[in-house]
Amino acid sequence: MAFGFLSKVLGQGLEKLRTGLDRTREAFLGSLKSLLRGRTLDPQLMSELRQRLLLADLGVAATDKIMTDLEAARKAGRVASGDDVLEFLKAEMKTYWPVESRELTFAAQGPTVILVAGINGAGKTTSIAKLSWYLKNRNKTVMVAACDTFRAAAVDQLTIWAGRIGVDIVKHQMGSDPAAVAFDACHAAKARGMDVLIVDTAGRLHTQDNLMRELEKIRRVIGKSIPNAPHESLLVLDATIGQNAIRQAVEFKKAVDLTGIFLAKLDGTAKGGIVVAIRHQLGLPVKFIGIGEKPDDIAAFSPDDFVEALFTESPAAG
Amino acid sequence: MFDGLSEKFSSLFRNLSGKGKITESNVRQAMEEVRTALLEADVHVQVVQSFCDRVIEQAIGSHVLASLEPGHQMVKIVFDQLVQLIGPADSTLFYVDPPPTVIMMCGLQGSGKTTTCGKLALYLKSKGKNPLLVAADTQRPAAVDQLATLADQVGVPVYREDSGNGPVQICRRSVDFARANGRDVVILDTAGRLHIDEALMAELRQINQVVRPHQILLVVDAMVGQDAVNSARAFNSQLELDGVILTKFDSDTRGGAALSVKEITGKPIKFLGVGEKLAMLEEFHPDRVAQRILGMGDVLTLVEKAQQQFDAQEAEKMQEKISKATFTLDDFLQQMRSFRKMGPMKQLLGLLPGAGSALKDVDLPEEELDRTEAIIQSMTRREKESPDVIDGGRRRRIAAGSGTDVRDVSQLIKGFMTARTVARKLSGMSMSQRMTMMRGMGDGGIPGMTGMGHMGDAAPAKQHRLSPEQKRKLRDKRRRGK
Repeated sequence: MAFGFLSKVLGQGLEKLRTGLDRTREAFLGSLKSLLRGRTLDPQLMSELRQRLLLADLGVAATDKIMTDLEAARKAGRVASGDDVLEFLKAEMKTYWPVESRELTFAAQGPTVILVAGINGAGKTTSIAKLSWYLKNRNKTVMVAACDTFRAAAVDQLTIWAGRIGVDIVKHQMGSDPAAVAFDACHAAKARGMDVLIVDTAGRLHTQDNLMRELEKIRRVIGKSIPNAPHESLLVLDATIGQNAIRQAVEFKKAVDLTGIFLAKLDGTAKGGIVVAIRHQLGLPVKFIGIGEKPDDIAAFSPDDFVEALFTESPAAG
Repeated sequence: MFDGLSEKFSSLFRNLSGKGKITESNVRQAMEEVRTALLEADVHVQVVQSFCDRVIEQAIGSHVLASLEPGHQMVKIVFDQLVQLIGPADSTLFYVDPPPTVIMMCGLQGSGKTTTCGKLALYLKSKGKNPLLVAADTQRPAAVDQLATLADQVGVPVYREDSGNGPVQICRRSVDFARANGRDVVILDTAGRLHIDEALMAELRQINQVVRPHQILLVVDAMVGQDAVNSARAFNSQLELDGVILTKFDSDTRGGAALSVKEITGKPIKFLGVGEKLAMLEEFHPDRVAQRILGMGDVLTLVEKAQQQFDAQEAEKMQEKISKATFTLDDFLQQMRSFRKMGPMKQLLGLLPGAGSALKDVDLPEEELDRTEAIIQSMTRREKESPDVIDGGRRRRIAAGSGTDVRDVSQLIKGFMTARTVARKLSGMSMSQRMTMMRGMGDGGIPGMTGMGHMGDAAPAKQHRLSPEQKRKLRDKRRRGK
């Protein structure tokens, strides 16, 4: 559960969130402290920490690296107690995520295009709704392009969201060429002087070569319609995802040159630890997190809170 | 780099078999690597622990240390334990009398419930049932429309209420609707929810109490990580699940976490979703999935698929045509189509032992197959029956008609003629001769498919007639060989 991220980021927005979840957050932080407080960093604690990292889906390689670094720091006398561990890990994680790389890139002139991709069921459409809301509240004019013309009722889903949030939408019939929708949307965004165009795409498994090529084509069409676009290509990852996410990131990066990750569904007990491995192997930063079903359940990513959440124990994990 | 669990295991046990004899420390060392492989496959930390313990205990306790083929023995132990871990097989759905049987689907957001409902409806329909799909996901925008579209594609009715009613009432009334309209299975598509969302979990419990579904199935994304166990446990403790359906199993995920769900909840995996098409729902066979994990291929599935698509009599007729060389381009097209009906090439070939790793970076040219179909369809009946008549002018016409190059057309015809000759020769040969002959053709790939162009380049050298002297020699050789 990564709810801890929010406290700093959302500030006064916090009370909007369900009180039940607030309680869980307290419980998590409590359990983290109780794991570490007053203990010496002995093999027993090391092994418990290792297990926590594995349970958070960091994967064997990233876990081993972190544990090796921790062991080295312990031997060098820089970390001795459980209380030091958290600070050490936060510092270590920060080296993974330099601050500047998490900001959205905006076009100097004309519409900024954000291409959103991911596998089926990752949460693309909902994340786009959130992103639209986020940008609209920052005084940007936003348009969305319904390029998921494949999945049944996907266009309807995005249309409903666009209506609720109050942003423009460009759509075609179901089954039409998604690249053509993208083309029209780019021109409409230019003509209407939009600040941001967010392009929704159909969910696709990274193993489906033809669909990945379709995605490349969408990107190409966008690039031809608006210079330097897309300015951002975000991969939406479900926080519950396991090690296969690395493969996904590699393939999507190949197809559309990803610039960042939108980590969705972090309001469950999953921790999305795989983004550590992805950051490490591919240099892909997490830019946003999704933490609920409402459009305002979005926050910028905070490494500090992420680390804290990684080591908290889920209540259901028992 | 695709380092599937199967590849891990095969390299691991290749090393082990190379050593001749294994010792206790060998077993432990090997299991260290198995442990890492399982963790990388997202198998739950606790399950990895108990699995490895069981395997080590069995390996050391049995005769594996003294056996001549320790690698094979270890594979067998790991395999058996794996089958036990993810099995037993139980894809049965039971039906109540009087109908309708109510099946409730539940799961996290994005796990694939709605699509799976459509697939299950089609599956039940193929078993002679009359399913009814119920749109009880009032949460996600347009979820009802999505289910209605799928229902339409499958050809089963959908029960929906658009007046803002809650899912509990919708589910209750849908059962009455089914009873009144002769639908014998009711599939409830509930909204995706987090297992820690108290309000939504309470809603599921309420549906459960009011509707009393006969079976509750949890839909789990095969790509989930360690947390899968937490959510499955929560759903199971609140609803008493009957089984699990794993979705997105056609990706290159190793599905370890989803498979751990069985170990943790004790509920069987019933079906696998293996593609975006609605027919792509398979019954779960633990031995096959374990085989796939261990790189033994999945020949049984392939055979079953083939049996579904190929008519046995048809195949015999084909064989006869091949041996008499009356095999035409039309027959070829027909064969190619029934082969393609079985699924995408890559998926099919991935089921063959050893093919999985060999194919990992290969792009199988579905497009080329499309082109081949187009070319053949652009021919007249006479041309299809006797491709010899196709001269330059006809080639140009066919190329224009199919939107291809004259070169493509020539290559296809050349390849087809060669393949036909080769096929006729093969049909009168022993296995070893066939092997020699095939080897002589170089890596022509799948005979009669896209590799035909290459075959055409290599094969003509083999086409000369044998002199009586040569024939006699061959005969002698064959006799000596026996």
